Amino acid sequence: MTRHNPTSEAEACAIVAEAAAQRTPLAIQGSGTKRAFGRPPQFELTLSSSQMTKVTLYEPAEFVISAEPGAPLSGIVRLLAEHRQELAFEPLDYRPLLGSDGEPTIGAVAAMNLSGPRRIAGGSARDSALGVRFVNGRGEAIKSGGRVMKNVTGLDLVKLMVGAHGTLGFLTEVTFKVVPSPQRVATLWLVGLSDQTAIAALSAALGSPYDVSGAAHLPRTLIRVEGFPDSVEYRLGELRSLLKAFGTAEVLADDTGRDLWGAIRDATVLAEPRDKAIWRISTAPTKGADVAARIARTIDARWFFDWGGGLIWLACSTASAASAATIRAATREAGGHATLVRAPEDVRAAVDVFDPPVEAIARLQTGLKASLDPAGIFNPGRMFPEL
Amino acid sequence: MPIAFPIPDEAVLGRRGEILTGLGQLVAPEALIVSEDERRAFETDALTAYRRMPLAVVLPSTTSEVSAVLKFCAQNQVKVVPRGAGTSLAGGAIPQEDAIVLGVSKMNRILDINFGNRTARVQAGVTNLAVSQAVAHEAFFYAPDPSSQLACTIAGNIGMNSGGAHCLKYGVTTNNILGVTLVLLDGTIVEIGGEHLDSPGYDLLGLIVGSEGQLGVVTEAVVRIRRAAEGAKPVLFGFDTSEEAGACVAAIMGAGIVPVAVEFMDKQTIEIVEGFAKAGYPLDVGALLIIEVEGSDREMEAMLARIVGIARKHNVRHIKESHSAAEAAAIWKGRKSAFGATGRVADYICMDGTVPLGQLSNVLKRTGEIVASYGLRVANVFHAGDGNMHPLILYDVNDPAEQAKAEAAGEDILKYCVEVGGCLTGEHGVGIEKRDLMRFQFEERDLWQQMRVRAVFDPAWLLNPAKVFPLDNRLTA
Repeated sequence: MTRHNPTSEAEACAIVAEAAAQRTPLAIQGSGTKRAFGRPPQFELTLSSSQMTKVTLYEPAEFVISAEPGAPLSGIVRLLAEHRQELAFEPLDYRPLLGSDGEPTIGAVAAMNLSGPRRIAGGSARDSALGVRFVNGRGEAIKSGGRVMKNVTGLDLVKLMVGAHGTLGFLTEVTFKVVPSPQRVATLWLVGLSDQTAIAALSAALGSPYDVSGAAHLPRTLIRVEGFPDSVEYRLGELRSLLKAFGTAEVLADDTGRDLWGAIRDATVLAEPRDKAIWRISTAPTKGADVAARIARTIDARWFFDWGGGLIWLACSTASAASAATIRAATREAGGHATLVRAPEDVRAAVDVFDPPVEAIARLQTGLKASLDPAGIFNPGRMFPEL
Repeated sequence: MPIAFPIPDEAVLGRRGEILTGLGQLVAPEALIVSEDERRAFETDALTAYRRMPLAVVLPSTTSEVSAVLKFCAQNQVKVVPRGAGTSLAGGAIPQEDAIVLGVSKMNRILDINFGNRTARVQAGVTNLAVSQAVAHEAFFYAPDPSSQLACTIAGNIGMNSGGAHCLKYGVTTNNILGVTLVLLDGTIVEIGGEHLDSPGYDLLGLIVGSEGQLGVVTEAVVRIRRAAEGAKPVLFGFDTSEEAGACVAAIMGAGIVPVAVEFMDKQTIEIVEGFAKAGYPLDVGALLIIEVEGSDREMEAMLARIVGIARKHNVRHIKESHSAAEAAAIWKGRKSAFGATGRVADYICMDGTVPLGQLSNVLKRTGEIVASYGLRVANVFHAGDGNMHPLILYDVNDPAEQAKAEAAGEDILKYCVEVGGCLTGEHGVGIEKRDLMRFQFEERDLWQQMRVRAVFDPAWLLNPAKVFPLDNRLTA
């Protein structure tokens, strides 16, 4: 397979223009740690961000960082930490689940809209994305958004590009807003709650004035608060009284708590056994327990909840069209969607990785794809067969 | 040069009778406004220097009526200007002679509130404040709070991706909407998003929010509601100079403190507002910050102690804490009435550029110089925490020469915002006001890419067609 490793936006434009003229599909790749996610690509050419790895702007006092797409996430996290800052959305790391090696890139974080437990409080990767530069399917360098905190100038193509899984263009620069790192991160835990009761407890915590930034159930029920130490101490106390009806909430050691939220973020508890299929289901939090129970009626599954019950990570025996149909029916009924995160390649080629859209939305998506990538060369079929 | 409008399509004007008859078959008689007197209420929005009389105004009551009207307009090639409450400062809802206005103000019900999911489903014509009021009994609120929140609608907020004073902590509209019911131009009704997060596929929701009524008409929305903090306290900090105030903001944020709101007013604004709202603002300072903290009493005290410590290092001259709900309300009343109060002493145009935080002092200074060079006055009042500036350029609307100068000064200011790394508009939208400045921020190819995306929804330029994109060199179907 031929590999293009452009070192600049201009080079990327030339490569794309040539590929568009020849109608040659391009597999867009960062470090390849998430190759096993999505519908399997079968392309002759790879367009890699591996030679575009610079942080192009970092202004700690302005809470903004820009980087080329191939910049390793770990480097960005380290750089931010030196200034006691971080990405608000806790980017999810798929390596434990997918069993892959290498350094995930910031471009992939943007392209896949990878967000972790703090999604419910600090927003998604998309919410933090202030601007992008990308090469469209005409080989043109396009910018949208910028580096300032508020910007409503023109159509917001940033939102389209973040989460498009590389099907609309080749990102050449992404700009994120960053936040101060909390001085203390503390976790409360409760034991012995059923899914339904646990989600009620999480809901009570999230509906409280105490700024909960994480809410998970696995089978311990976990609630996270962050901030200045005196404020965290106070809110822990208030939350413990608020949750009395659900049992005695204990405070985890801070280090243990931090590790645990990392494991929740990456769903590492479901990584083994490796032959299980992994699903990521998003629904209204109050429907979470019901959706899981409904699936478990016909499928042998293990699961845990994040996002206050609104995110279900589920592992089940081999994915098949039948199990996918069961999972999607349960999710659809509750209002929500299910993503097949891990399954053998032949299954991902046959079963929809993402919930297929209704007809009107499919039409808009096809139109958007054509408007950005008229020759259909970027990651065709990666998300949906027709895109 | 005054903002241009497209030349009305004579053929459409000639078909007015036929169009009214057609529309009359789709909605109740009281929902179709045809008389000149009644149409006059819709000929402008908050950009009152410009007005155009629409063909007719339609005020549907249901999503299916909206669908029928849009389908009719698409089939008959009639342009449509969607409208919420008509509070756009950018002229986003200003009609044109060959278009109908499609207003959603009658669709103003709260449909469902779910405190467990922290969401509410509302009709899009509901006012921003009414959403907060509907959930206030459980101490919840809807976070984006534009100054016009008493009047402006969720539909308009979605159209413009509105912000407000408190979005520093809680985000702008796009961060607080989970789903919409969108009616496409051909009448198709689409549900986008819902009570869950992060729908699969392209982020249509993110594209719709802030699209200024060019992609479809939103009739319902699922909004995020949040539990209010235990308490909130706005505190006034007075400084001798704008530079000191600006530096203080940067130092507070740099210390890892993110207040709920950081608002800035210069001397001109303080005088105007105090004369109107009697908010208790000090008159002997050159610049004023309203910094709001929230939480329990102890948390607010601790946070304030940190902020006061930093402010003292930046020569703060005057600190006034609010000690009661009434005092807090007075402080905010002053800020939120700043535009209205200014309107009582002069006509003004309100700029909305956003700049990198480190450029605040510099841009403030340059703004003063630019406006002075045109022989005009400026009042600055803005969201300092996120760099979103609102210079109000004062002028006399009855003096065409002065209006031209004010617009030219505004243009120079926005160009400067872009030059230092910022943008033309942070929360008000492009509308007609900044339409012809888009090429200062974007290359032609960027605009063409945006227009190609727009064309997926409206290839014939029927939806709010005279807005956002310069009238020349447009993508045609």
